[in-house]
Parts: sequence; C-alpha cells; structure tokens
Amino acid sequence: MSVAVPQMPQCWRRETKAHKFCPGCGHGLVLKALGEAIDELGIQDKIIFGCDIGCSLLAWDFFNVDTVQTHHGRTTPVITGVKRANEDVIGIAYMGDGGGYAIGSQHLVNAASRNEKITVILVNNTNYGMTGGQMAPTTLPKQKTETSPYGRDVESTGNPTQGPEMVAAITPESAYVARGTVSNVRQLKKYIKRALENQISGNGFSFVEALSGCPTNWRTNAAETWKFIEEDMTEYFKVGELKVPSKKKEG
Amino acid sequence: MTEKPIQGEKRVFMTGNEVVAWAALAADAEIMYGYPITPQNEIMHYWTRLAPKHGRRFLQTEDEISAGFTTVGGVLAGRRAFTATAGPGNTLMQEALSMAEMMRIPIVQVVTQRGGPSTATVIYSQQEVTMTCFGGNGEGARIVYSTSTHQELYDYTIKAFNTAWKYRFPTHVLGDGYQSKMRESLTMYDPQARGIDMVPTEPSLGNEGTPGVDREPNHLRNTYNTEDELYDVVTNIMSDWEKYAPEIAEYQEYDVEDADVLVIAHGVVTRAAQAAVKELRAQGKKVGHFRPVTLRPIAEEQLRKRVEQAKSVLVVESAYGQLRKILDNAIYGLTTPITNFFKPGEGVTADEVVEEVNKLL
Ligand SMILES: Cc1ncc(C[n+]2csc(CCOP(=O)(O)OP(=O)(O)O)c2C)c(N)n1
Ligand code: SF4
Ligand SMILES: [Mg+2]
Repeated sequence: MSVAVPQMPQCWRRETKAHKFCPGCGHGLVLKALGEAIDELGIQDKIIFGCDIGCSLLAWDFFNVDTVQTHHGRTTPVITGVKRANEDVIGIAYMGDGGGYAIGSQHLVNAASRNEKITVILVNNTNYGMTGGQMAPTTLPKQKTETSPYGRDVESTGNPTQGPEMVAAITPESAYVARGTVSNVRQLKKYIKRALENQISGNGFSFVEALSGCPTNWRTNAAETWKFIEEDMTEYFKVGELKVPSKKKEG
Repeated sequence: MTEKPIQGEKRVFMTGNEVVAWAALAADAEIMYGYPITPQNEIMHYWTRLAPKHGRRFLQTEDEISAGFTTVGGVLAGRRAFTATAGPGNTLMQEALSMAEMMRIPIVQVVTQRGGPSTATVIYSQQEVTMTCFGGNGEGARIVYSTSTHQELYDYTIKAFNTAWKYRFPTHVLGDGYQSKMRESLTMYDPQARGIDMVPTEPSLGNEGTPGVDREPNHLRNTYNTEDELYDVVTNIMSDWEKYAPEIAEYQEYDVEDADVLVIAHGVVTRAAQAAVKELRAQGKKVGHFRPVTLRPIAEEQLRKRVEQAKSVLVVESAYGQLRKILDNAIYGLTTPITNFFKPGEGVTADEVVEEVNKLL
C-alpha cells in the first residue's frame, strides 16, 4: 500500500517524520509555517534553532538546520549567547507559553529590552502541555486545567499574560511583534517571515506568539479544539501585528 | 588581527580580578557573559575596559542563569567564551553547568568564592567547593582548579580554556574574594611566547554548508526517551572522565617524604600551610603539606600514598568540611587518624596551623 506523503517544507528533515506531537497538536502547524518561511527566505544554512523543554523539545531533530535543545525557559539566553558570539547566524528561540512567560519570563523581558537581534517564536496553548496540562500564565479565565480543576480563578491567580502586548510595550520601534494563530497558517507564516526579516536586516528583536491547540490536555475533539482556538482564545488574545518597523500594521 | 594584549613577558603588581581579565585576554577568550556580584565584579570591570581594544565582546545579562546559558550559547557558536561569578550567583549558574556537563560544552567559569550559605560575606571563604565540583543534577564531570597565588590565577585561567576545549568538560577556576581583592606581584606573559598553544575552538552550531544538503545537521539534545539511552550517554561521559582524570589531576607537595604530620589544604589556605611547614621544619619537626591543585579530579593515588605514610593528618579549610568530604572519598579505607581544623568563611593564619600541628606531635 502506498501512503501519500503530505507536502513538507523543504527544510523539514524527512527522516524524522512523521513528527512526534500528538494528533491534532498545534506545534506541527507552527513548525510548518516556520519551515515555509525559512524556505521562502532561503536561509536554511544560516539558522540556529533552539528548542525549549516543553512539547517544543520534540523539535530537536525536526529540521535540517543546526539545532540545540536547551532547558525549560532557557532557550532565549542560549540563542542570545549564540547570536552575540556569531552575528552571521539567524537565531530562533522556540518555546511554549510556560517556558516564555513563566520560568523564562525574565529572559524574554530582558532580551526584548536589550533589543537582541534574535527571533522568539512562542506557542500559546493555554497550558503546560508536556507535564500533563497544568495551568499556564496564558490559561483563560474559568478554564479548567489539572491545577485549576474548578476553572482558573483570576482573583487568586491573576489574568492571562498578554505576551506580545508586553513585548511591544518594552521594545524600541525597531522590534517586530505579532500574534498569529494556527487557524490561519498563511498569516502566521507571513508574521514569522517578517520576524525573521527583521532579524536579518539587523533591526532588532522579533517576537511571534502563535495561538495553538493542545487537544490531548484540553480533552477536546477536532471541532472543539478549533472552536477553542478560533473563538475562545482570540476573544482574549487579539491576532495581528503589534509592532512593525517602518511598515503599516495589519490586523 | 589586533595587537597581542601582552607582548612577551611583563612583571606586574595588581589585584586578582585584574589578573583574571588579563589572563582571559591573553588566552584569546573572545566573549565574556556576566552578572554583577561581589567579589567578582572587577573581572567584568577590567574586561569591559580592555575587551573592545582587542576586538573582544561582553554581554551583561539579566541574572546568572542567563550568564550561564549565554556562555553555553557562545561556546556552541565556537567561541572561547567564559563567565565569572560567586556565591548565590554560582548557585544560579548550576543549571547551565549541568547542561554543559551533559552535552560536553567546554565552558569556563571563574568562581571567586564568598561566604555561605545564602548571601553571607564577600571576602574570605572556601565554601563553594562542593557546589563547584558537584553542583547540578549530575555526576560532577567537571574540572576544578583551586588557585592560591596571583601567578596561579593567571596560569590557570589560561590553562582552564585549554583544558575545557581539550577534554570538553566544564572547567572552573576556583579562587576567592581574598585573591580577588588583594594585590600581588606576578609575571604576565603571552602564552605562545612560552610555548603554550591555545587549543583551537570549533562551532557545534553554524558550520559551513547547508544542513541536509552539504552535510548532516547538528542536532544537540539533553533529553532522552529511554533509560538505556541515558545510561549509555552518562556511562560514556564518566568513562571519559575516568580515563582523563589521572592526566588532569594536579597537586603540590612540601616536605612530605618523611612527614609524621601531613597538613592538607587547598587554595589560599595552602599559603598558611606552607608557611607553617617551613616554620615547623626549622624547629626540626617532621611536618609536610599536601596541596591538591585540582579538587575535581583529585590526585587520588598520590594523596593516598602520602596519607598512608603519615602518622597523622590535619585537614585545614575555610569551610566546614567541604574539602574533607572529597578527601574522605579518595582515601577511603586508610586508617591514618585525621584531625579537622575548620574555619568556615574565616581566614587561616600560619600561626594557627602551627598551633594545631603542635597538638598532634
Ligand atoms: C527547571 C524545570 N522546571 C520544571 C520542568 C518541568 N517541565 C517540563 S516541560 C514544562 C512545561 C511546558 O509547558 P510550556 O512551556 O507551555 O510548553 P508546552 O509543553 O505547553 O508546549 C515543565 C514545567 C523542567 N523541565 N525544568
Ligand atoms: S501534549 Fe498538547 S502540546 Fe504537547 S504534543 Fe500533545 S497536543 Fe501538542
Ligand atoms: Mg504551553
């Protein structure tokens, strides 16, 4: 029996496919958008890809690009260290919302403030996927997780983190900041491309948050997963470009 | 190429922190990452003044977690990168050091020990021995040079880069606040002029060519799916560690051949021990001193030999038994009685060592 091979970005590593994310996981879609962006920009030979610990760790052998798997929350400083040591590379730090907004938030804030010439791609799936679905900084009000079993109580746990809004507020004009979603991969790819271009041109920090699904921990079927991403998440997390150096914003 | 920071040899009188900055320059270190903490600060102060003149770089990070991980990034990019810290900063850096241990990332860390636990004091202490040798969730596959003079700070800072890149274990220069802040004479030199070639560095990430087209991609990981995979990785690390330990281990001995009492001390405390031995020998007393230069790995064979020969051993340290634990592990099974002289976070004088030895004679 022959199996139809789905269209893969050229920079994906075929030997390590099918990938290891759960069926219906958003990570694969974000990495598809990233892969296509890398292909279209023709920068496969320049990329240093860092993946965090979280479900993003599964991407350690995902691309035909040099890759380092780091520690939970520490991908931003590792890629910062690489880029500071070798300005010729294009550094991508790939992480989850727990990695970027909780344990590694000081790194994100300071890398953004210093306007590091790196690209951070952060997958917002409103929970800690890898560790079994605990509450994350991005968990929506009233959303049930393993550590908010009665629903997130914003009185005692605060409101969901608005990452791109925060990054946009602390970066200079030369930074690029956007929020995309796996429910619009074409748009997400465009944002990631612009983020990478901002690094390539030496402008400054670039940051893309991707709204993403975690059907395994959400315990949702396909329809419910898409509804949660497209309706519930976007109500709180506005999709669009927040900061575009010397260009008109979209969204 | 910019001019060499030191041409030939140069006699100088300076603080230990200044020495470290010059040594790193002379060793062709290319980038330092760091976060302020006493007594390490002036390493950064001198480095940031000197580095731009020689095309070298610096990044002040948001904390020592970041300083550790950016140093990891710098090394992965193929640079001779280093960091320096102390006390609570060393604590925070252990996470990156654990990654370096697992992934054989040759990072160099200078530790200027301060008192502990917690924030404690900032000058005289040997209380970061256990953490520097064994910190993090690993087996302690690290190399630790414990220096005692400014000349050694210079020599071993240069050597640390070569040891790290040769063996690919994280390598540490373990000084202390006293060495950092005091002034002393030493000879600085261009390593090459003394026949010391710097071990070449190479990138683990970002080599020539398109991965998957011209070459295989480098995929570096520290997470494993199965116990067996991890077992193989750790067994390989530790078998390399054991293979190289004998050639890495260094020690010094003073009047040990016929010593009845053997004083064991490391780092700055060796100075008091050496002076005490001199004084006691002048009085005709059979006293010797064994000084491990590397605390990890320890020169086990030689240490056992000397301890076995002696009638009595005195362990002197500015900590509450951190050296003693390493010694006990190395001399397990020997029956020579051992006396402790522990002064956690305090200086040790030659007179005190003389007094302690006299109690044993
Ligand atoms: C220092 C440290 N603390 C905790 C963990 C355990 N841990 C592994 S992944 C993870 C959460 C991942 O969540 P997120 O970053 O949102 O990524 P996701 O899996 O959702 O994509 C945690 C807490 C760890 N690996 N290291
Ligand atoms: S646990 Fe969630 S985030 Fe992780 S792979 Fe599965 S679906 Fe994706
Ligand atoms: Mg998550």
